[in-house]
Amino acid sequence: MSREVEDLNRRLLRARDAMDRAYAEPLDVRAVAAVAHISDAHFIRSFRAVFGETPHRYLQRRRVERSMFLLRETDRSVTDICFDVGFSSRGTFVRMFREIVGETPSDYRVGHEPMVAPNCFQLAATRPVVAAGVARRSSSFGDATAATAS
Amino acid sequence: MITKLNVASIMVLNKDEALDFYVNKLGLEKGQDVKQGSYRWLTVRVPGDVTEISLEEPGPPVHDEATAAQLRELITKGALGGLVFKADDIRGLYETLKSRGVTDFTQEPTDHFYGTDMGVRDPFGNAIRILQQGKVAQKATA
Repeated sequence: MSREVEDLNRRLLRARDAMDRAYAEPLDVRAVAAVAHISDAHFIRSFRAVFGETPHRYLQRRRVERSMFLLRETDRSVTDICFDVGFSSRGTFVRMFREIVGETPSDYRVGHEPMVAPNCFQLAATRPVVAAGVARRSSSFGDATAATAS
Repeated sequence: MITKLNVASIMVLNKDEALDFYVNKLGLEKGQDVKQGSYRWLTVRVPGDVTEISLEEPGPPVHDEATAAQLRELITKGALGGLVFKADDIRGLYETLKSRGVTDFTQEPTDHFYGTDMGVRDPFGNAIRILQQGKVAQKATA
């Protein structure tokens, strides 16, 4: 039994890594579940059980974390950054950013300077937790779903 | 005054499999391999370095079975510690690792203001990062 748990964990971790790597691309749940070699529904359920949030939410926090990086470190426009990190509409991006971070991308940019910590530390340390406990339950897979997964 | 990190350790699910990965894939060398009863003291190290990395398997006599099972779950979730190495030619190393069949990259070589780094997981889920230090002309990308 425990070997099965370990094997499933490892495959889910591989799928999570794939989201971390390919967050900027259009991703759908089927493509990510395929990395773990399990069905969509089982993937969403077991990912949530193992990592404490849906794959959809994990991907959104990853995208928002990268957008926070670009807002701090570059002069790119909010709209450009929205597309850079994998969102396909500015409206969705701003709404999601606000839900997760608690302020708008523009306000966040004004309040934050570039960081000097190593990137791997930044990835971990600045990944936002959802503001004010408003985690929406959603099993859809982000804004870029409409496009075909590569 | 402490003068040197002598032994670091990393939890793995299987020592033989770990040895194969860390030596034959990643390119470290075998250090100590000593059996004491049922316990095997097994280390790897960066070639030419003195710091040993002990490959530890959860289980008796150090852990009871319930604790070992928890540790194995955490390892495979990627929730335990990892290792950070330095390299002199990170992009060359990336190609070498791929040619040796390594597929679990968490990050391809990426430039930062402090150098170029990449990430890979060992077969069990532990995070390994490798850094080529030095300033690179950085264009900030996501």
